[in-house]
Amino acid sequence: MNTFLWVIVPYLCLAVFVVGHIWRYRYDKFGWTTRSSQLYEDRLLRLGSPLFHFGMLGAVGGHVVGLLLPQSWTDAVGISDAAYHWGAVLGGLAAGVMLVVGMAILIYRRRTVGPVFSATTPMDKVMYAVLGVVVLLGMWNTVLGASGLEHYNYREGVSVWYRSFLAFQPQPELMAEAPIGFKLHALSAFVLFALWPFTRLVHVFSAPVGYVTRPYIVYRSRDERPLGNAAPRRGWDRVGS
Amino acid sequence: MRVMAQMAMVMNLDKCIGCHTCSVTCKQAWTNRAGTEYVWFNNVETRPGLGYPRGYEDQDTWQGGWVRKPNGRLELKAGGRWKKLFTIFSNPKMPSIQDYYEPWTYDYETLLNSPQTDTFPVARPKSLLSGKDMQVQWSANWDDDLGGSQEHAVRDEMLKGIEDKVKLEFEQTFMFYLPRICEHCLNPSCAASCPSGAIYKREEDGIVLVDQDRCRGWRMCVSGCPYKKVYFNHKTGKAEKCTFCYPRIEVGIPTVCAETCVGRLRYIGLMLYDADRVLEAAAVEDEHDLYEAQRSVFLDPRDPEVERAALAAGIAPDWIEAAKKSPVLRLINDYKVALPLHPEYRTMPMVWYIPPLSPVVDVIKETGHDAEDRGNLFAAIEALRIPVEYLANLFTAGDVEPVNDVLRKLAAMRSYMRDINLGRDTDESIPEAVGMTGEEMYEMFRLLAIAKYADRYVIPTAHAEQAHALEELATDCPVSSYDDNDMYFGEGSGPLTPVAVENFEMLRRRQTTDTVAAPPEKSRRVNLLNWDGRGTPEGLFPPKDGA
Repeated sequence: MNTFLWVIVPYLCLAVFVVGHIWRYRYDKFGWTTRSSQLYEDRLLRLGSPLFHFGMLGAVGGHVVGLLLPQSWTDAVGISDAAYHWGAVLGGLAAGVMLVVGMAILIYRRRTVGPVFSATTPMDKVMYAVLGVVVLLGMWNTVLGASGLEHYNYREGVSVWYRSFLAFQPQPELMAEAPIGFKLHALSAFVLFALWPFTRLVHVFSAPVGYVTRPYIVYRSRDERPLGNAAPRRGWDRVGS
Repeated sequence: MRVMAQMAMVMNLDKCIGCHTCSVTCKQAWTNRAGTEYVWFNNVETRPGLGYPRGYEDQDTWQGGWVRKPNGRLELKAGGRWKKLFTIFSNPKMPSIQDYYEPWTYDYETLLNSPQTDTFPVARPKSLLSGKDMQVQWSANWDDDLGGSQEHAVRDEMLKGIEDKVKLEFEQTFMFYLPRICEHCLNPSCAASCPSGAIYKREEDGIVLVDQDRCRGWRMCVSGCPYKKVYFNHKTGKAEKCTFCYPRIEVGIPTVCAETCVGRLRYIGLMLYDADRVLEAAAVEDEHDLYEAQRSVFLDPRDPEVERAALAAGIAPDWIEAAKKSPVLRLINDYKVALPLHPEYRTMPMVWYIPPLSPVVDVIKETGHDAEDRGNLFAAIEALRIPVEYLANLFTAGDVEPVNDVLRKLAAMRSYMRDINLGRDTDESIPEAVGMTGEEMYEMFRLLAIAKYADRYVIPTAHAEQAHALEELATDCPVSSYDDNDMYFGEGSGPLTPVAVENFEMLRRRQTTDTVAAPPEKSRRVNLLNWDGRGTPEGLFPPKDGA
């Protein structure tokens, strides 16, 4: 069972994640977008979207530090366990609250604003559900850790397993000892990773960091591809379709 | 000097009757699709009026275009690159659908399926976004022909500062139409705003396009364009804009809006310009100098030195010839009657306008004076600060002198041509008064009034050696392999055949077979003119089974 949950499933999800993105990028560049709904509604989005996204950036940053940096490294630079713990808890809580509040606003908006709701695809709904579960479980773990009800040093358990997973030398027994909250958080996150390439989440990988350095005006020569041979494309559906 | 070619347009506003044919044909060609219901690549707005989207010219609100920083450099008005990235999760300057209008249809079904009733059934407006009932409250030309101008036109941004001089009372007001497409700017702020680098300017003809495969829907172009001519397709989540009908331009035919223009008021041609001097010209300190600065960027293809530089820059000889004959060049640089729309946005727009004289003429006519007399017209242009100041706000960042000069030229042309039309001796002092010769004035009249198709649209085709890349030629694909039986899964399946190839094959078949004109069984057929209508003589129907 441990092998199945903490070796087979994660690698399966990772494979779907990687191959799925390659497939999506090759066959659906046109569909690779944020699918913004700002045109429909602005007031709630203006509040919810930055909260959600900046909270998410904070949460991702926290996970990078927590999962990828071995405890020995932070010990080496003289950060005590207690200091690390409180830093992580406070940072995690701040990012988590932003994230949860932002997400609540966005989901409320998506459900109540007519045009936004009708522009929601079934895949969006699945994605929202899974993402919501991942985020809430993550918050649950953070809150438990912060309140002192649970004493689990994930940096000796989950993190080590995660690095072993990335190094292709998985140690599933480390996960088996983790509390149920961490187990569920990790599993649901892997489900999210497997869904990732087939949802609007792909826009994460087109974060326009190149914009900072490129020249303002882009010049390009005429397209060399014979357009006449292109198959009819999405976006050319007739009105009412 | 770095010579580049730009496909440009000039519209003669005196001839626009506001029929919206350009908008409708453009919509049929380009935005008749789900997700672009509210999108008009071409729209015609009544001025004074709010335009489409509502009040788009108020850059204090929308922050489109460029501003000149104190150090003389240009910056996007909505902020630099870092600010753009920081606000990417919710574009603070993005117009909402209500600023355009909520697209709608009617539930015609209730009309068709209505049982017999005492009252007429009503088709109610349904939102195309949510599918629910809606109140129609605004559209792309809600204030057409000054409709509701007491409420709307008074909020026209271009009337700021001259409100007390403008009369919007029905009897005393003036109006004209302003058709707008994408300006295909030399310094496009939409392209500069695009975080993904999906908007590009074509090297060959300067047409500004959105790469649909690279656009990620960040929406910064929508707010970056001061003319609000980049739109967000809410179905695909991608930006779309006027394409200057590039598939048509490539094969040498004008854009759909120009082709179908009833008033024949659009002119299309090439402009050569010095790409190295664009930024410098866009960054001149005084807004009033922007018009002249942009004109100074244009190069005269009739200058041998420019021609040499253009050839060296890889511009084909036939393109240089076309640039020499460009009607746009004549209107902008020779006669100087065309002006850019809102040069103060510093994007160097390339769709220019000949401001309308007709509001002035109308006023004189109403006072009972001779509206073709040069003295009356000149005096009226001087005396009627409106509409000149209003036009100046549109076309020269508020500088009335260039507008005055153009209107005086148009007025002089009216007077001068009247003498010719009445068979009288021409008065050479008329063209002289506006700094032209009689011959020039006559040529300008020909171009403005009676230019034929080939004179109005001088469009060199894209190059034969690049032809394989063109939509309608598509010689790249193997013509010989065309086979209309190649439909594995029913009609229309299989790879798409370019229209040009299909036409070519059909034509060839018709020309090389004799069956259509002279089928083999022709001698056995019954001539229906001789048939008395009784019975079925042999040969009335073609033989079965092709026997």
